[in-house]
Amino acid sequence: MLNGAIVIASTLVCISLLLNLWRLVKGPDLSDQILAIDTMYINSIALIILFGISIGSALYFEAALLIAMLGFVSTTAMCKYLLRGDIIE
Amino acid sequence: MKEKPKFRLFPMPAHSLLLFVVWLLLNNTVAPGHIVLATFFALTIPLLTNRLQDPQPSFQKPWLCLKYVLRVIGDIIVANFEVALLVLGPNRKLTPGFVAIPIDIKHKFPITILASTVSLTPGTVSAEVSSNEHWLYVHVLHLSDEEALISLIKQRYEAPLKEIFKC
Amino acid sequence: MEFWIELTVSIFLVTGAIFVFIGSLGLAKLPDFYTRLHAPTKATTLGMGCLLIASMVIVTYRQGYLSLHELLITLFLLITAPVTAHMLAKTALHHKVAILDKSSGKSLSQQARERMTPKE
Repeated sequence: MLNGAIVIASTLVCISLLLNLWRLVKGPDLSDQILAIDTMYINSIALIILFGISIGSALYFEAALLIAMLGFVSTTAMCKYLLRGDIIE
Repeated sequence: MKEKPKFRLFPMPAHSLLLFVVWLLLNNTVAPGHIVLATFFALTIPLLTNRLQDPQPSFQKPWLCLKYVLRVIGDIIVANFEVALLVLGPNRKLTPGFVAIPIDIKHKFPITILASTVSLTPGTVSAEVSSNEHWLYVHVLHLSDEEALISLIKQRYEAPLKEIFKC
Repeated sequence: MEFWIELTVSIFLVTGAIFVFIGSLGLAKLPDFYTRLHAPTKATTLGMGCLLIASMVIVTYRQGYLSLHELLITLFLLITAPVTAHMLAKTALHHKVAILDKSSGKSLSQQARERMTPKE
């Protein structure tokens, strides 16, 4: 049963990654594209967690934490660049 | 607002506790060695970074704080279901809109907490704060009653924060 | 015992994945930027929370000791999601991103951009 649940969950997360990719390509504005990238970061954390559960290893936790932190910092940096034209004033 | 810390060797008690807990969580252990290391970090890092801090209003009532966090977590779950239903419904039924909410609390830290709570909970996202910090602009996904929304945010989230920070 | 743990973990996994999916669906389907901002910030927090709780339960069960470090990611996402949403909304206001015609209070966005108080 657990394996079935992991397959269903991974399929859903992969479809959402495709939807994000569509928004990233289509997005009429730069803000839409940044939002799409941010959501992709979060969904990839979900995928990594699912992979970690499926192979039964706790090693992937560090990767997920790092992606969460880098995702936040890069989104903030891109927003800041669009707002001020400069990241560090 | 500049005041002397209560304990000279232990300037940021809340941050020390946070560092201790996060270090143990990060290593996922309660082994004695890691507890010693966590205590060391919790004591030394605040000493080094104390001067970087802007003075902020402190938590006056920790128990109310816990109650507030539990209430916000409950509301997050409810709000998630509401937003999920709105997303799955047809687009033409949505009535989005901007609302300006007057805020009474002062200082940057409580306003940040209020804005984050508003973003997480009732179908709203905080967009901007006016430069004199008296108005919070929010975007609402499904606006049915503006007055009801403003009074909900003021009573449910702002009043407890005001009591916690006494400002 | 094992059956109940598997059942709990499976329910949490599927619920979490459904919420993550709804967040991305909202990102793809909603009409303008400000409405699109709602879906990922909200639906994704609960979805990730469910997935990480499932991971916490199964790792605790498999390894035999309490494993809480997934809580860190949950807390981190809970703190950062509103901050990113706020930054993105600021950026969109600054760039005068098109607002859906039927949305109310459109004139407020002008004052929000300049950080003025709304005119009564």
